[in-house]
Amino acid sequence: MSKVWAIIRKDIVTELRTKELFTSMLTFSLLVTVIFSFAFGFSTGLVRLAVPAMLWITFTFAGVLGLSRSFALEKEGNAVLGLLLTPTDRSLIYFGKVIGNTIFVFIVGMIIVPMFVLFFNLGFQGTLLPLVPVIFLGSLGFVAVGTLFSAMAVNTRLREVLLPILLFPIIIPLIVSAVKLSGLVLEGKPLSEGASALQLLIAFDIIFIAACAVVFEFVIEES
Amino acid sequence: MRKALAVLTFILMAASLYAAFVYAPTEPKMGHIQRIFYIHMGTVWVATVAFILVFASSVMYLWKGTRKWDILAYCSAEIGVVFLTITILTGSIWAKPVWGTWWTWEPQLTTTFILWILYIVYLVLRSSAGSDQKKAKFAAVFGIIAFLDLPLVYASVRVMRGISPVVFGPGGGGIAPQMMHALLINLAACSLLFVLLLLERTDLERMSDELAVLKTREG
Repeated sequence: MSKVWAIIRKDIVTELRTKELFTSMLTFSLLVTVIFSFAFGFSTGLVRLAVPAMLWITFTFAGVLGLSRSFALEKEGNAVLGLLLTPTDRSLIYFGKVIGNTIFVFIVGMIIVPMFVLFFNLGFQGTLLPLVPVIFLGSLGFVAVGTLFSAMAVNTRLREVLLPILLFPIIIPLIVSAVKLSGLVLEGKPLSEGASALQLLIAFDIIFIAACAVVFEFVIEES
Repeated sequence: MRKALAVLTFILMAASLYAAFVYAPTEPKMGHIQRIFYIHMGTVWVATVAFILVFASSVMYLWKGTRKWDILAYCSAEIGVVFLTITILTGSIWAKPVWGTWWTWEPQLTTTFILWILYIVYLVLRSSAGSDQKKAKFAAVFGIIAFLDLPLVYASVRVMRGISPVVFGPGGGGIAPQMMHALLINLAACSLLFVLLLLERTDLERMSDELAVLKTREG
């Protein structure tokens, strides 16, 4: 556990010093929000229907930006060698990376939501609090697969370009259920109404955290 | 042996065409267009088998690390994509007169479409991975993850549309025995074609391996 924590701490400290992940992800989200509002021509009726989808499009695109840096950073100066030389199971490296990335992506998600509320004048009913677990579960599944593919993509010729191509078809179930659940919350309905979507989201997280942790050791390599 | 298989495949393919176009009765509601279903089912069956094979050999590759499993996974994925493309095309041709549209986001179609994309991505990944070993490892990992994703994709499409699964095939239940025969012959013919293509394709891959070895030896 202390080994996992060491990796998480390393990532957080790096991020706090450089702040490059947060600035790029947040600036990107802001830009996408602006583009969406221009594209929809400021018509609130249309926006209201599209908000859950827009939220997750922004979120995943920003998330991919962050994830592709995750291992590109390790490759610079061959820092990944240091990771590999640590006397620990490879899956622990995976869990450290996943937890670190989830924290980043989750925080970005938590900033996107109020940004959306503000810019699209969402007069939502009730509370947005149920959105927190949805974004958390969404981040977790997204990062679980994304971290694995990020480690893979940096070692290919196409590099970061390959990451979204690999990742997006796989996370379709996650996006579908997250959009469904977010839609319910924004309409002021309880999450229990989308029980099957919630089950799907949780199943996605469990299946892919387990599977990716097992295959991660085949993917990570030096330079 | 291989030649005998090729001849047998040819005979069965010819028989399946005869069965589909002449032997099977015309479906009363849909008319002649229903006949495309025989080849449609045959190709989708082969694609399913091919992708299961990709998954199984990916697991075997990560476990054993031998090149033969990688070859099997790669060739199987390639053929699977070709057959699934035919499935989607024939389905689309069938849907135009029957449903009045080339394409609709119906659960089965959507799942098939995503399946198709997943294995195209698998091939893209292979072509961009670089060294042979890296290619094999990454592809095996993706092959496993993609396969695990499929049931979730199917569930998610149902969640999205909020509909229960539909009965697949012409008219649902009860079809004429001749139709059943035609279908079975088509399934057999497509399966044999798959085996034949797979044998040829894996041979080709092995030969190109040998050639690479010879080239490095000669300098």
